[in-house]
Amino acid sequence: MAKQYWTDFWRGFGDVSPLLVAYAPIAAIWGAVAAGQGLSTLEAILMSAIVYSGAAQFVALDLMKSGTPLSLLTFAIATVALRHVLMSASISRSIAHFSPARASVLLFWLTDEAWALLERRAQHQKLTPAYFFGASFPLWPNWVLFSGIGASVGNLLGDGARYGLDFAFAGIFIGVLAGFWKGPRTGAILVASAVTACLAKLWLPGAWYIIAGGVAGMALAVVTWREEEAT
Amino acid sequence: MNAFSVDAAFLIAILAMGLATYATRVSGYLFLRGREVKGRAKAAMDAVPPAILMAVIAPSVFLGTWIEWAGAAVAFTSAMLRLPLLVTIAAGVATVALLRAVS
Repeated sequence: MAKQYWTDFWRGFGDVSPLLVAYAPIAAIWGAVAAGQGLSTLEAILMSAIVYSGAAQFVALDLMKSGTPLSLLTFAIATVALRHVLMSASISRSIAHFSPARASVLLFWLTDEAWALLERRAQHQKLTPAYFFGASFPLWPNWVLFSGIGASVGNLLGDGARYGLDFAFAGIFIGVLAGFWKGPRTGAILVASAVTACLAKLWLPGAWYIIAGGVAGMALAVVTWREEEAT
Repeated sequence: MNAFSVDAAFLIAILAMGLATYATRVSGYLFLRGREVKGRAKAAMDAVPPAILMAVIAPSVFLGTWIEWAGAAVAFTSAMLRLPLLVTIAAGVATVALLRAVS
């Protein structure tokens, strides 16, 4: 049991390790921007540790810059995080055999990136708590540490877009997305999602485009569902 | 300002934000736990990973410039060739960085 636990843990750690490298500079950039917004180093560290969502934290800084009151800020962050409800619902089917207490703790570390790795793994193998922990947890101290470093050295890194770092996120998702291809129906779902998300991005505020695209893809899957495919 | 100073109102705000993000991460699981999902509901759930992955990246790729298109094309090709995830990320990032440097 103990040996199997560590085998799974290290397998998860191996899968997530490239993301640790990719996210260190992104966390540092967030920290630097946070310092620029007047957050102290400790405030930046606490925010990374507690909110722990890159997208939400960048949006929060952006809103703070335009003087949004803290109460409204929380509401805006909740809409940005809403996509996690769908991710959590989807992964719930692969972790149904975990104890509820253990699952509820592990789900704190369900970031976009960890979720993508878990869904990829679950396609071929049964998820274990050890794999979940190994593939998700390491991103957390990594994110907190490097946002603290970024906040304390200020704007030393400069504009990360110069190094294409803003594209790392898209790169991860494209890499994981390819594994979900199951024929033309997947293609139709992807087109529905992409078109809806782009239109929503142009017309709706905040991060509603993610929910809009996701729901469009789900709706298409529902209407094209046929009885004989039921398994 | 001291590096270790923490504003009380800000601390309460980040606690609320943290609670909001955690709530979204655990709620889908709590709703569906122990329920059998089949038929159309299963089809909808199966569509979540590709649909959400696409929805997150589509605007930044398709509404971006030709440079983001090129980066996505390179990453997509790498993914289709079943190259390791790190190679796919690095290829996309390097393409975007290179094209931004020369354009």
